Amino acid sequence: MSRDQDMTRTDTADFEFAPPAPVAVSGTETQAQLIWRAFRRHKLAMVSLVVLGLLYFVALFAEVLAPNDPHEVNARYTYAPPQEFRLFDRDEDGGWAFRPHVLGYKVEVDQVALRRSFVPDPDKKIYIHLFPRTHETRMWGLFTIDRHLIGVDGRREVLFLMGSDRLGRDLLSRLIYGARITLSIGLAGIVISLLMGVIIGGVSGYYGGLVDNVIQRIIEFIRSIPPIPLWMGFAAALPRDWSALQNYFAITLILSLIGWTELARVVRSRFLSLKSEDYVSAARLDGAGDFRIIWRHMLPAFTSHIIATATLAIPGMILAETALSFLGLGLQSPVISWGVLLQEAQNLRALADAPWLLFPGAFIVVTILAMNFLGDGLRDAADPYGDTQ
Amino acid sequence: MEQPVLHVSDLSVGFSVRSHVTDVVHGVSFDLHKGETLCVVGESGSGKSVTARALMRICRPGRITGGQILLNGPEGTVDITALDDNDEAMRAIRGDRIGMVFQEPMSSLSPVHTIGAQITETILLHRNMTDAAARAEAIESLRRVQIPDPETAIDKYSFEFSGGMRQRAMIAMALACQPEILIADEPTTALDVTTQAEILRLLKRLQAELGMAVIFITHDMGVVAEIADRVAVMYHGRLVELGPARQVFHDPQAAYTRHLIGASSRFSIARDHDRGGTLPPAAPKPLLEVRELDLTFRKTTGFIRRRTKEFHALKQVSFTLHEGENLGIVGESGSGKTTLVRALVGLLNADAGSAMYRSKDGRSFDLLEPGALRGAGLNREIRMVFQDPFSSLNPRMTVEQIIAEPLILEGRLPRREIRDKAAYLLNRVGLPQAMLTRYPHAFSGGQRQRISIARSLAVDPRLIIADEATSALDGSIRSQILDLLFDLQTELGLSYIFVGHDLGVVRYFCDRIAVMHKGELVEIDRAARICQQPTRDYTRNLIAAVPGTDPDHRRLIAAE
Repeated sequence: MSRDQDMTRTDTADFEFAPPAPVAVSGTETQAQLIWRAFRRHKLAMVSLVVLGLLYFVALFAEVLAPNDPHEVNARYTYAPPQEFRLFDRDEDGGWAFRPHVLGYKVEVDQVALRRSFVPDPDKKIYIHLFPRTHETRMWGLFTIDRHLIGVDGRREVLFLMGSDRLGRDLLSRLIYGARITLSIGLAGIVISLLMGVIIGGVSGYYGGLVDNVIQRIIEFIRSIPPIPLWMGFAAALPRDWSALQNYFAITLILSLIGWTELARVVRSRFLSLKSEDYVSAARLDGAGDFRIIWRHMLPAFTSHIIATATLAIPGMILAETALSFLGLGLQSPVISWGVLLQEAQNLRALADAPWLLFPGAFIVVTILAMNFLGDGLRDAADPYGDTQ
Repeated sequence: MEQPVLHVSDLSVGFSVRSHVTDVVHGVSFDLHKGETLCVVGESGSGKSVTARALMRICRPGRITGGQILLNGPEGTVDITALDDNDEAMRAIRGDRIGMVFQEPMSSLSPVHTIGAQITETILLHRNMTDAAARAEAIESLRRVQIPDPETAIDKYSFEFSGGMRQRAMIAMALACQPEILIADEPTTALDVTTQAEILRLLKRLQAELGMAVIFITHDMGVVAEIADRVAVMYHGRLVELGPARQVFHDPQAAYTRHLIGASSRFSIARDHDRGGTLPPAAPKPLLEVRELDLTFRKTTGFIRRRTKEFHALKQVSFTLHEGENLGIVGESGSGKTTLVRALVGLLNADAGSAMYRSKDGRSFDLLEPGALRGAGLNREIRMVFQDPFSSLNPRMTVEQIIAEPLILEGRLPRREIRDKAAYLLNRVGLPQAMLTRYPHAFSGGQRQRISIARSLAVDPRLIIADEATSALDGSIRSQILDLLFDLQTELGLSYIFVGHDLGVVRYFCDRIAVMHKGELVEIDRAARICQQPTRDYTRNLIAAVPGTDPDHRRLIAAE
């Protein structure tokens, strides 16, 4: 058959030397598969991926995972220190049994400074149960649940695994709810930035000329404005009577207004270099329209780069939100974000008495580092010319 | 017999892939004598460059896994394999006793240092002399490579030089310390034929002057025929043949050598033959008539005071292409060949002139009108094959998607038939159907070019414009691709416009040849006539610079 004859015509098959050993790559792997394979070798990025996955999981199921109502004020326990979490308990007959519990608080008053302080009371064991019936919460604003992952019996017992704040609210629960806002504001902000960046940067790079010139000058102008005063200006301009939700969206928008410029530049430079690729010319000669050329031929060539750049840009968003909220210009109580929580740690005296108020800071650091490692890993994996050793 | 300068025995070089070491050079042995030229020839990936780099211990990340390299000199013998990569003794050898010239002079010279600074650095590293003396030495070495006005040239930067001058500077640098051995790794591949001829002559002259041994790496059998005293043929990391040039060319022992020589002799410019494929029909009808095509590139700079730089890329170009004919367009780089074909397919906008194309149904269209190709569906009749097989296929699409793209855009066939047609086309260009689901990165250069051709065939073309379509390929693969194009011509009645800088290949493939020089079409005639009786000096120079195919009949280097 003619196919067999054709086979012999491939590049090196027509003399009697042994062909080179077949390459391990069969060549049918998609780009995504190749990137994933390179990514898996990046240990730090893999760990970061798991950490971030956990964090986002927590943020998604905040209602179930948070042991307490984050808004519940408990006047008896202001600035209560974190409780020690114990897994085992001594039985009546002296043996050890698996019974997770914490110790209740005993109030001691320092006679000299007249300062109240909480010390653990070894006699007051508060047992922790899985899915007990406690306070009622609206899950995702859709339905009401009254069971949570962990909790304690009785309304008089308290569970403060990470301590409580100035109003006696449970810091752990607030952290968990705060994760939802802080982590999603980064994502939402990046989605808006990405849309603006890809469209504006794409137009700039693809059409070039005057359009490109104007867009680039605008980007330079925006980037020359110091960001914090700009955010402050925008934030101050927000109407006071807006709801928490409206505020949230407004802040995301403000953050993306600056965030898109960097992405637009990345996209533009990629477009400029891709425009001269022969396969783009070939597609044009095939009769493909602008839209198809951009969508089918150019964008796929750097989606991986965009994802990496976007991942590296999320930390900036999160930090910006935190900074704004910390300054009291971003989100306001009763909305909970990590930045809002850190606001509590502004007061030096409060900090000296309750250093656990810095927990949100630690979470921010971990999140930002993980995002950066993940972004680095993605970028390295997406770069076919990177070091493959 | 005299002791060889370099004695290589059973040399193996390996690269570590993931956890194990894979050898890419297997047990290569050869001797190199004083004053001789050893040409190492083979296709890309055959291990010729790695071998040469191993001699200088710059083959990282690869490493020598076996064998011996002995460098003999007046002070005794040094075993290069026993030294460490960065050993003081090894560094003393590099640049002083073995010099090296690389393929791409632009990237091997530093753009932020003057040429002089780079040459004096080499001299100062190896010779104990003052800066002034080293500078004088550097000027001397520039004079040796015939760079005009070396006293001024020494303070210039590499980007102020042309490609040929850069390669001369590179050679001057390699020869600054008058090494015993010069390794030249494809030093002329990136250059025009005319410049290549100059560099080859220069190397030959310097070799005689300095009495050094030269290892010349190339994939071009023509160059080998011109300069080699002895030839080493490499294939898949093995030395398959080693012998005096005459013997290798006239009585090749290895099948692969025969194959290489066969492929290159087809492109001999001296051969008195008609083109390799079928003849055009007796009464040719014009398919494309280009009249006075003019194109100027404009670049506007400055924001306040706008200044426009102009470059007149095509000046009054006129020619006619007949149906079933192969027209070759040749010229040095920058002569406007690629600009011309890009203007014809509408990738560039011409300023003036016309290009009347007679379509399948007999109507006439001016291709230079904006959007003409797409508007009348002519982009199905006129197809283009690009030079670089690595950038002309979308790396994110499977072969099937690539070949089917024009069919999908045409929107005439249902999905299933498109699939079948893609499979048929892939078979037609000599690749198995099973490869449809693969991505371009799994293919070699020649296979990619086949895929490019399949894509251009998808919509029943009449005219295929091949822009240096075989220039990036090795000799033997080049002739396979040309054969494929001939076969397709016979079967489908195609016409070709074939742009190339290699006159031998164009001579072989085309009925008529158009010669371009600085944007002008200076000469157009039957291929045989252009090659045998050129009317212009420019054409004569082009032809004179084409290497021969037989060491007994050297065209560039006068036989001793």
